[in-house]
Amino acid sequence: MAYDYDWSSIPGALPFLWTGMKVTLRITATAVLAGIALGTLLAAMRLSRSRLLSSASAAYVNTFRAIPLVMVLLWFFLVVPALLERLFSIPRHEDTRLTSSLVAFSLFQAAYYAEIIRAGIQAVPSGQLAAALALGMTAAKAMRLVVLPQAFRKMTPLLLTQSVILFQDTSLVYVASVADFLYVAYQVGQRDARLVELLLFAGAVYLAVSWVASRVVQRWQERLAT
Amino acid sequence: MISIRDVTKSYGGFRALVDCSAEIAKGEVVVVCGPSGSGKSTLVKCVNGLERFERGEIVVDGVSVGDPKTDLPRLRAKVGMVFQHFELFPHMAVLQNLCLAQVKVLGRSREEAAERSLALLDRVGLRSQAAKRPGELSGGQQQRVAIARALAMDPICMLFDEPTSALDPEMINEVLDVMVQLARDGMTMMCVTHEMGFARKVAHRVIFMDEGRIVEDAPTDAFFASPRSERARAFLSKILHH
Repeated sequence: MAYDYDWSSIPGALPFLWTGMKVTLRITATAVLAGIALGTLLAAMRLSRSRLLSSASAAYVNTFRAIPLVMVLLWFFLVVPALLERLFSIPRHEDTRLTSSLVAFSLFQAAYYAEIIRAGIQAVPSGQLAAALALGMTAAKAMRLVVLPQAFRKMTPLLLTQSVILFQDTSLVYVASVADFLYVAYQVGQRDARLVELLLFAGAVYLAVSWVASRVVQRWQERLAT
Repeated sequence: MISIRDVTKSYGGFRALVDCSAEIAKGEVVVVCGPSGSGKSTLVKCVNGLERFERGEIVVDGVSVGDPKTDLPRLRAKVGMVFQHFELFPHMAVLQNLCLAQVKVLGRSREEAAERSLALLDRVGLRSQAAKRPGELSGGQQQRVAIARALAMDPICMLFDEPTSALDPEMINEVLDVMVQLARDGMTMMCVTHEMGFARKVAHRVIFMDEGRIVEDAPTDAFFASPRSERARAFLSKILHH
């Protein structure tokens, strides 16, 4: 017996689905920005002469890369709020689901961005740093004005690719019952008993956004190659 | 101006510099030469602290380079350096290459920095290229820009680390011409180079290095007329006869 597709519940649910998409985009944007900022710091620590800073950064990166993202999300959802409650007596009824997801994603992504950024920094010839230092710049200034601008140019395609993966991974926040795009689509599907249609629709939207973003990355890479 | 005393440096087990001592007075032009791997580049990079050394002392304009308390960025801002591979910043225009450190290190205004930069580009014959990216220039032009960039900091002395070795032969002279002019203007210069014509023309002294040691340190005429050491003689006969 063939399944009878009925897409009629989607048009009416679009405003609701859009609220979910806004959460998804918000998590993605926050994790991209915070992840790149923290990832840059981690990469600089990793490459610094101080063994303490370098091994602290290595430990951070290796730990997060060795744990499944779902575990990190659950951990931040279940353990951290309880910890905060005990430490700062934040009342439990406060909704920390979105916040904890934002923090978890940012910290997790930072580990991945850090490796990309480290490779980007190492791809800048060491003579550039020497030249900047020889002109009297401090190491921090040389990094900020000379090395990082070149490194980011080289690694933009990789950072964008990683961000597309992140966009898809945000759907994992369902474990914390955060009302992101997938979660909302699922709810609509259950309400109207049209789960299959809604999940297909959600999948198509993820596919479309990711495909467009990948095309942008490709264009960028072609432009860098010429 | 530059005083190098018993400087020793090793990489792992390899002794890159062994008890090197030399004095370079204000206004003096000294050429450092020697076979590859002799430590000459390492020595010149020790002078502005780009390379560290384990023993000995280097004093530049009264400041000890190896002293951990020394404000190295401040010292380096006064010591110009020109690299073998130019090391212009590829992500900014020629003019910005010259302005960057003037503004960010010396605290000059953008207008003042740009004005000085254009004057210096004029001096090396490249004022018309100010808006281009380094990648659009020939090697010789890039190296002239690099010299102008170092001069923009009003250095008290200039270090050259094989400034012409990465250049095509037909571009070497345009760079040497700038260096000769600089020497004639009285700049204190320490030049690692194999350009013996340049050495003869403007150097006051020639330092010859081999296996991390300063083997010979002699006035230019004496060095070319009768090098005292066998190794310097062998080196000169190799590079001068073709």
